Amino acid sequence: MAIKEIQEEIVDEFSMFDDWMQRYEYMIELGKSLPLIDEQYKTEDNIIKGCQSKVWVHAELDNEKLVFTADSDAIITKGIIAILIRAFSNQKPQDIIDADTAFIDEIGLKEHLSPTRANGLVSMIKQLKLYAIAYQTQLN
Amino acid sequence: MLDVQKIRKDFPILNREVNSKPLVYLDNAATSQTPQQVIDVIVDYYQNYNANIHRGVHFLSQEATDKYEQARQKIQKHFNAEKSHEIIFTSGTTHGINLVANGFSSLLQKDDEILVSAMEHHSNIVPWQMLAERTGAVLKVIPMNEEGELIMDVFHDLLGAKTKLVFCNHISNALGTINPIKEIIDSAHNVGAAVLIDGAQAAPHIQADVQALDVDFYTVSAHKMCGPTGVGVLYGKEEWLNKLPPYQGGGEMIAEVTFEKTTYADLPHKFEAGTPNICGGIAFGAALDYMNSIGFQKIAAYEHELLKYATEQLLSIEGLRIYGTAQEKTSVISFNIEGVHPYDIGTILDKLGIAVRTGHHCAQPIMDFYKIPGTVRASFCFYNTKEEVDVLVEGVKRARNMLL
Repeated sequence: MAIKEIQEEIVDEFSMFDDWMQRYEYMIELGKSLPLIDEQYKTEDNIIKGCQSKVWVHAELDNEKLVFTADSDAIITKGIIAILIRAFSNQKPQDIIDADTAFIDEIGLKEHLSPTRANGLVSMIKQLKLYAIAYQTQLN
Repeated sequence: MLDVQKIRKDFPILNREVNSKPLVYLDNAATSQTPQQVIDVIVDYYQNYNANIHRGVHFLSQEATDKYEQARQKIQKHFNAEKSHEIIFTSGTTHGINLVANGFSSLLQKDDEILVSAMEHHSNIVPWQMLAERTGAVLKVIPMNEEGELIMDVFHDLLGAKTKLVFCNHISNALGTINPIKEIIDSAHNVGAAVLIDGAQAAPHIQADVQALDVDFYTVSAHKMCGPTGVGVLYGKEEWLNKLPPYQGGGEMIAEVTFEKTTYADLPHKFEAGTPNICGGIAFGAALDYMNSIGFQKIAAYEHELLKYATEQLLSIEGLRIYGTAQEKTSVISFNIEGVHPYDIGTILDKLGIAVRTGHHCAQPIMDFYKIPGTVRASFCFYNTKEEVDVLVEGVKRARNMLL
């Protein structure tokens, strides 16, 4: 599925919730079900700066598609990463670079998009895109 | 007894809603809210007598200068400094610490020792590390115990002929511990060392008497005591302020300037280069008037009761641990719930309209000591109520149920 379609699917899912409680409970569920990153990749190098909680992201190329794995010590942060990974993982690097991130706003997580927010969602998106740029350069 | 409902009417911001919930503001150790009486003084300044001070011949300049200097005298009186020129206006506590640290770089020699407590805010660690790097002096740490109290036996052992400076906060921002600063000051003086006390967290709760303490430097921020941000004071004993070189060069701090040589102005102007935060200084004075009109003893008694109630209620939550259980502490509660990251709790509480701080509180060494990534910190002011404590406790329970 294309990134855009996955994002629409996520927006659809979140539109079923009436209030923030349900949205956060769903995010916490997503966080708990996020496939864990291989322990060997939980290194200082893979930590995203700018997050109050620790966030590790690892990327590797699989058949011209970029696969992300990640983890965090905070569960809500992990839920946010799970959403991002669902939207961006297993996609071509160029598609990740070109992808829009407005769906985060649409699913009611706008406050997490503020660059001054200490959870660093912006840093996470930036890091995923940086990986994509790096691997795209490699593919070229 | 303090009439909290009457007091709350003075703070317009407390009527706000956040995330469609009534605001419960429990981040007072980061910054306190501002009463209408202080807001009025700020508005009055800009509406009626905004002018640069100490140099104008005109009416407004004189009026602003008078009010600014009156504020200095109010602050002098509040902290019982002997002389008004021992009160230096700064941009806040961090500025005051840096001013002293910078000044000591010309007074320290290689291998001199600086003692700093293990529970300092980064602002009271980093300037001394920089000072140590510049001078070759050695930074030594006064350790703390599990309760978050300084281990005074070790402090006394660390003191020696080489000790030139001791730095410690009066109250820990992360734990709320009230440190035995009188003992620290007297012992440091016995070996000829100077003492700087970071009073940022103490000033909103305890009225420090700098002469009775015999402290060399005491530094505070207005915004933690119902005043505006960006202003504070450094108290320094006259003899020490005369010994320290100026921190910043500029207008206001000079007596005579030629291209060959500049002579510096007398205290306090030697340390007040440039146009100061005039309105802020005046508003700081008004904030002290406001707090004194309530009375620090009443404030302390009320906050102690809130602390006791909040501690009991929070401890009733399964898996909740409080960090900082010193015998002597102020209304700060740092806590975690087993198996839950503090950031997650803070996020849920925010959704419920409850403002707390999460993270390492600019005191990473304390978090390293407890081997935790951070804590949730609820800090109470005299305008908080037991009902708000109940809202917090319910919020934490709800967060726990969601997150575990």
